[in-house]
Amino acid sequence: MFNSTLKQLSGLLARKQLSSVELTQSCLDRIARLDPGLNAFLTIDAERSLVQARAADARIAAGRAQALTGIPVAHKDIFCAAGWRTTCGSKMLANFVSPYDAHVVEQLDAAGAVILGKTNMDEFAMGSSSETCFFGPVKNPWDTSRVPGGSSGGSAAAVAARMAPAAIGTDTGGSIRQPAAFTGICGLKPTYGLVSRYGMIAFASSLDQGGPMAKSAEDLALMLNVMAGFDARDSTSLERPAEDYTRALEAPDHARTLAGLRIGVPKEYFGDGVNGDVAAAVEAALVQFEKLGAQRIGVSLPNSGLSVPAYYVIAPAEASSNLSRFDGVRYGYRAPEYGDLADMYAKSRAQGFGAEVKRRILIGTYVLSHGYYDAYYLKAQKIRRLIAQDFVEAFKQCDLIMGPTAPSVAFGLGSMSSDPVQMYLNDIYTTAANLAGLPAMSIPCGFGEGGMPVGLHLTGDYFAEARMLQAAHQYQLATDWHLRQPAGVE
Amino acid sequence: MSLTLPEVKRVAWLARIEITDAEAAATQSHLNGIFKLIEQMQSVDTGGVEPMAHGQDVVQRLREDRVTETDRHALYQAIAPQVEDGLYLVPRVLE
Repeated sequence: MFNSTLKQLSGLLARKQLSSVELTQSCLDRIARLDPGLNAFLTIDAERSLVQARAADARIAAGRAQALTGIPVAHKDIFCAAGWRTTCGSKMLANFVSPYDAHVVEQLDAAGAVILGKTNMDEFAMGSSSETCFFGPVKNPWDTSRVPGGSSGGSAAAVAARMAPAAIGTDTGGSIRQPAAFTGICGLKPTYGLVSRYGMIAFASSLDQGGPMAKSAEDLALMLNVMAGFDARDSTSLERPAEDYTRALEAPDHARTLAGLRIGVPKEYFGDGVNGDVAAAVEAALVQFEKLGAQRIGVSLPNSGLSVPAYYVIAPAEASSNLSRFDGVRYGYRAPEYGDLADMYAKSRAQGFGAEVKRRILIGTYVLSHGYYDAYYLKAQKIRRLIAQDFVEAFKQCDLIMGPTAPSVAFGLGSMSSDPVQMYLNDIYTTAANLAGLPAMSIPCGFGEGGMPVGLHLTGDYFAEARMLQAAHQYQLATDWHLRQPAGVE
Repeated sequence: MSLTLPEVKRVAWLARIEITDAEAAATQSHLNGIFKLIEQMQSVDTGGVEPMAHGQDVVQRLREDRVTETDRHALYQAIAPQVEDGLYLVPRVLE
């Protein structure tokens, strides 16, 4: 059951071979057994989850079930859910119980899905290793001496250890895709504007996007069907007709199911930056796609090396503005002792935020400050345009772009946490999609050093999610990397 | 470019984050490492390039001018650090 896809679980629920209460309870039992060694969950509320499961069972009995009705889904602790403690991995929000639901949470609730719990993450989603969390680091289920990636590391570990059939995460610079790669699961960052940011605690608003994390491309499609949709409360939510992302999964019935698909392979993604084990697994995946009929085309993204520098100006700038709301007045942490109002702000923020969050607020404050705006923020926005233009040119020659999700497999806990720059360079292949607003995903494509999973990164043109999911699904019909699970969590 | 210690302290003040001398020194070294990475941007000619604020060309939507929100004052204040008579309490600003 724990290895079943969402479609299989949905079938079991529909045929009454399994109830949502049974499924939810067995996930909760598995969390109780495995999570003490992984720290993937920050909040479990069995009673609350089971109330939803009972409602789902009633709905199934009444014949009103949808694809996700009765399915337990783990929520990254950045999504506000009414009545649930929502911490964003921070001391600042350690006691924050959300008074309302995020749009994504409403959508999942309307579909009858069950909230299985809130997952651990880098504080305010700032990190690539899930080590900056106030509540302790998440461990990688494949090797607990290594990180699961970040910032959605708890959601990734929950799915990888088969504690949750699926999870939701957010991706500002790779926070869904890199942990998916590090833990051998699938993760999708949709086109910017497809999933509402309402109730998703803001990090960098022009980059943040929620998305699904699951075991297969097919499961991602089922999740995205529910998560995507217009919401007037997010000023950048896109008004467009609803799509069925599963519609194109099944290809025409012949051996070369991806005939006609042009895969762009950027030469910049295979330079000195990528480790040999990762490059070899990605190369093997590209050969597999060619066997399925796809054509490989060399492309160039000449400004891709600038995506990390531009990202680490734009994201902290937006973060410094977004996080100014945490001032100890209306909600969140307030220092126990202070003098005047300014002192209350400064002490509450100094004590409530962790080191990485403070660093990013300081970078953002500096680049937006008088005299530096043009040299940093405006310059970064111009480079953002150049990066987006590179993709426009590349997509004239190809349908999808493929490469590695991260330069290495999951690294050791503590091995990079003392050097922020080294940590930031992990985002080299993922930040460009956020800057351009393009959809991108990671799927497992083999194993590298230490038997750790390697992720294949796919980038599509705007709104090409269905095309990307089809290519990934066809690859997964021909391979079994996505079915492998860590040995320690049997 | 590199930030001096007084600049680090000034930025921390602008960001309303209290910082000790020891923290400021460690922060200075981290920030300068990060700015070294960021400086790579300066090697690129961006003359004539239009800045890009967003992945999508979106404009602010207009809506009908009518009340859409209900009063959830009590619910929202229930999670505030300190309230009294429906007001948020902070240290006195005016004498």
